[in-house]
Amino acid sequence: MMAQALLDIVGLSKRFGGFVALDGVDLNVKQGERLGLIGPNGSGKSTLVNCICGTLHNEGGSVKFDGKKIDGLIAHQRTRLGLARSFQLPRPFVGLSIADNLRVPLIYTVHAREGRRFTRAEMEDHCGEFLRLVGLADKAKKFPRDLSMVELRKLELARAMAAEPKLLIADEAMAGLSHSEVDDILALLARLSERGITIILIEHIMRAVMAFSQRVAVLVSGKKIADGLPQDVMRDPEVERAYLGQ
Amino acid sequence: MHIQLDLLVSALVAGILLGGFYAAVTVGVSISFGILDIVNIAHPAFIILGSYIAYTFNARFGLDPILVSILALPAFYALGALVYQVYYQSFEKRGQDALRGLAFFFGLLFITEVSLDLYFGVDYRYVEASYIGPTLHFGIINLPLRLLVPCVVSLALFAGLQLFLTKTFIGRAIMAVAQDQLALQLMAANPVRIKQIAFAISIATCSIAGACLIIIQPIEPSVGRDYIGRIFAICVLGGLGSLPGALIAAMLLGIIESLTSTFYGPSWAPAVAFGLLLLTLALRPAGLLGR
Amino acid sequence: MRSSVFFLIAVLVGAAVFFGARFVHNEYIFFAGFVILQFIVLATAWNILGGYTGYVNFGTAAFFALGAYSTVFIHKLYPLPIPVLILIGGVVSGIVGLGMGYLTLRLRGAFFSIATLALAVVLQTLIVNWTFVGGSRGAYIIRPATAPLIGNYIEYMFLIMLALAIVAITTARVIERSQLGYGFATIRDDEVAAEASGVPTLRLKLIATTISGALMGMAGAPFPYYIGYVEPTSTFGLAYAVNSIAMPMIGGTTSWIGPLIGAILLGTIQQVATVTISSAVNLLIVGLLLVAFVIIAPKGLIGLVQDFRRSRGG
Repeated sequence: MMAQALLDIVGLSKRFGGFVALDGVDLNVKQGERLGLIGPNGSGKSTLVNCICGTLHNEGGSVKFDGKKIDGLIAHQRTRLGLARSFQLPRPFVGLSIADNLRVPLIYTVHAREGRRFTRAEMEDHCGEFLRLVGLADKAKKFPRDLSMVELRKLELARAMAAEPKLLIADEAMAGLSHSEVDDILALLARLSERGITIILIEHIMRAVMAFSQRVAVLVSGKKIADGLPQDVMRDPEVERAYLGQ
Repeated sequence: MHIQLDLLVSALVAGILLGGFYAAVTVGVSISFGILDIVNIAHPAFIILGSYIAYTFNARFGLDPILVSILALPAFYALGALVYQVYYQSFEKRGQDALRGLAFFFGLLFITEVSLDLYFGVDYRYVEASYIGPTLHFGIINLPLRLLVPCVVSLALFAGLQLFLTKTFIGRAIMAVAQDQLALQLMAANPVRIKQIAFAISIATCSIAGACLIIIQPIEPSVGRDYIGRIFAICVLGGLGSLPGALIAAMLLGIIESLTSTFYGPSWAPAVAFGLLLLTLALRPAGLLGR
Repeated sequence: MRSSVFFLIAVLVGAAVFFGARFVHNEYIFFAGFVILQFIVLATAWNILGGYTGYVNFGTAAFFALGAYSTVFIHKLYPLPIPVLILIGGVVSGIVGLGMGYLTLRLRGAFFSIATLALAVVLQTLIVNWTFVGGSRGAYIIRPATAPLIGNYIEYMFLIMLALAIVAITTARVIERSQLGYGFATIRDDEVAAEASGVPTLRLKLIATTISGALMGMAGAPFPYYIGYVEPTSTFGLAYAVNSIAMPMIGGTTSWIGPLIGAILLGTIQQVATVTISSAVNLLIVGLLLVAFVIIAPKGLIGLVQDFRRSRGG
C-alpha cells in the first residue's frame, strides 16, 4: 500500500534581500517516515524548517500538510494542525519551570485542537508522561537555567512532543553532544517514531543520520541536489563534491 | 491669492530649513537606534542639556552658542561613553532584557528633565547672537538667519558623519557591527568597544543639535518631549540606520509641520510628527526607502 | 488560594483600610489615600502588559487622560454616577488600547513603546484643540456637595478608588494563575518559541493591551471629580508614565504583589515629600529610584526577598 504524503513541498523559494536562501525546493515526506535532511552550513536547512513551520513566510511555491495548503497560516496555527519543531539552539521559556514549559503546548495546542480543557489530573499525567519519555521526570520543578545542554535539548524535544504532533522536525538536536548523549537522543527519536510520528531529522553528525533515516535528502545552496536511500545518496558524486568542496 | 502664495512659499522655505535642523536632531538616534539597536529614548533630553549648556555659556560669557557646542563635544562624547558602559554592563551583557533597558533610558530622560527643571526653572530661556534677528530676502523668499544658520550647521554635521561612517575604518566597523559581529571579531575589532564609540558619537551630536535648537526657539526643560516623536518618526520613516533616508524624512517632516502650523495653527504641529510615526509603523514599518 | 477567596480577603482588607482611615478623622488621609490607590490601579494595570508580557507602555498618561476626559465630556452633556463613568472610561481606553496594539504589536517591542509615547502626544494635541472639553485652558468640574450612601464626598471617592484597586489586583492575580498567564509569560520569554508551541501571541498581546488600557482609563475616570479642574498639561503629565513604570519595577514585575508594594511605597514617599519638600524633587526621587532598581535589583523588592530567602535556605 502506498503511504499518504503527510508533507508535500513544491517549488519552495525564499530570499533575504538579494540573497537566495531557498531556490525551488521540492520535498515529500510520507506518513510515518524517518527522513534525514543534510547539507553544509548555510545551505538553507533552517530556512526550510522556518518556512515549513511558519516562522518565516515563503515567497514562491507551496507547502501542503496533511492534504491542506498551509502557506498563509501563522506559526501557531500550523502547530495546532500537528506540525512541531525543536529549535537548533534550545529556546526554553526561562521564566517557567520545566513542567510548566510542557504545559504551554498542552494548553495552547492540545486543548485548542480538541476544544476542551484538561482536568488538573490529566494535565499532570500528560506532563509526567513526556518528562519520563525524555528522562527529565526528576527535574519537573527545576528551571531551564538548572539544566545541562543535553537536558535542554531533551526539554526542547519534549516540548515539541507535548503538542502531540503528526510531524516532528528536529533541527540539529544533537550538535555539540557527546557520543553517548547522541545515542540517548537517537533512542528517544526512535521511540517517538515507533509511536507513529513522522520525523524529519536535520543533522550534521553523519553517524546519527545514517542510523536513523530511512531516506536522506541533501540541500546545497538552497537547492535539493539528492534525495533517496541513505547509502545511494552517500555514493552520489554530486553530494560528495558538495561536501568535499566545502 | 497673493497672500496665500506668499504664505505657502515662506512655509515651504521654513519647512526645508527646519528639516535640515531635524536631520541633526535625528542623526544621533539613527546611529544608536538604527545601527546599534539601542532604543535611547533619553536622546532628546540630552539635546535639551546641550541647549542649556549653550545658554549658560552664552548668558555668562557671551560666547557664540555654536562655538560652545563644539567645545562641549568631548564632554558629551564622554557622557555617551559612560552611559553606554552602564547600559552594557547592566543590560546588554546580561542578555535580552529589553524591558529594563527601556525603563533605564526612560528614567534617564526623566532625571535629566527634572534636574534641569530644578536648576533652571520652567521659564523659557534663549540665547543672544548676531544672526538671530536678521532675515535675508530674495524676492518673495525670506531666509531668517535664525533658521538658516542651524540648518547649515546641521547639514555640515550630517555630511561629516556620513563621510565618517562610510570612509573611515572605525566608521565602517560601526556599520558592520549591526550586521555581523563575527566578521568584526575577525577584523580584530572589539564589538563592544566599537559600539561604545558609536554610542558616544550619537550622544556627542546632542551638543550641536542642542545649540541649534536654542537658536531656533526659546526652550524649557520639557521641550525635549516634543522631539521624541519627531526623532523616532524621522528615524523610522527614513528606514532604520539609513542616514540619507533620515535626511529625506527630516525634510519631509519639516515641510509638513511648517505647512500645518501655517494653515491650521501651531497648536496642531506636535501631532503631525506623531501621527506620521503611527501611520508609518502601521503601514510601512521598513520606512520610505525600506527594503 | 482560590480567586473568590482571594477576592473576599481583599475586600476585607479594603474595608479595614477604609474604616481605619475614617478612624483617623482627618480628611487629608482620604485625599492622600485616593492618590496612592489611583497609583495602585495604574501600576497594576501597567504590569499586566509590561510585567507579564514584556511590552513597555510609556503612554500611561494617555490612557489615564482618556478616562478623565471621557468623564469631562459626559459631565458636560449629562452628569452620571461615578461608577458608570468608570465603566465608560474603561471601555473608551480599552478600545484605544486594542487599536494601538493592532497597529504596532506585530512589530518589535521597541516600536510599540515608541508608539505609546506618540499616542500620548497625539491625544494631548487633540484635547488642547478641542474646546468642548476645555481645550488648553482646562475645564472645571463642580463636584456635588454630598455623595450617595455615605455623605462625605471625598470619602466616597476614596471608597470608589479602593474598590477599583481591589478589582485591578484581583484581575491581575486571576490572569497570573490562568492559562492566559502562561501564555503571557511565554511571550515575555520567547515569542518565536511561543508560537511554535501553539500560543497565538498577537491575540494574547491584544488582550493584554486592552485589559491594561481599560484599567488605566478606569483609574482616570473619577479624577475630574477629585481634582475639580482638568487641564491637558497635568493630566497628560509624564509623572503618571514614570510612576506606573517605576512602581512595578521597584516592587517586582512577575507577580501582582510587586506593583502593589511599589505603589504603596513610592506613593507614600511622594505624598510625604510633596508636603515637606517640592513636587519636582519627589519626581527626581522616583526617577533615581527607577534607574537604581533596574540596574542593581532587576527583579525588584520581591526578587531581593526571594534571593535573601534562598541564600539563607542554603
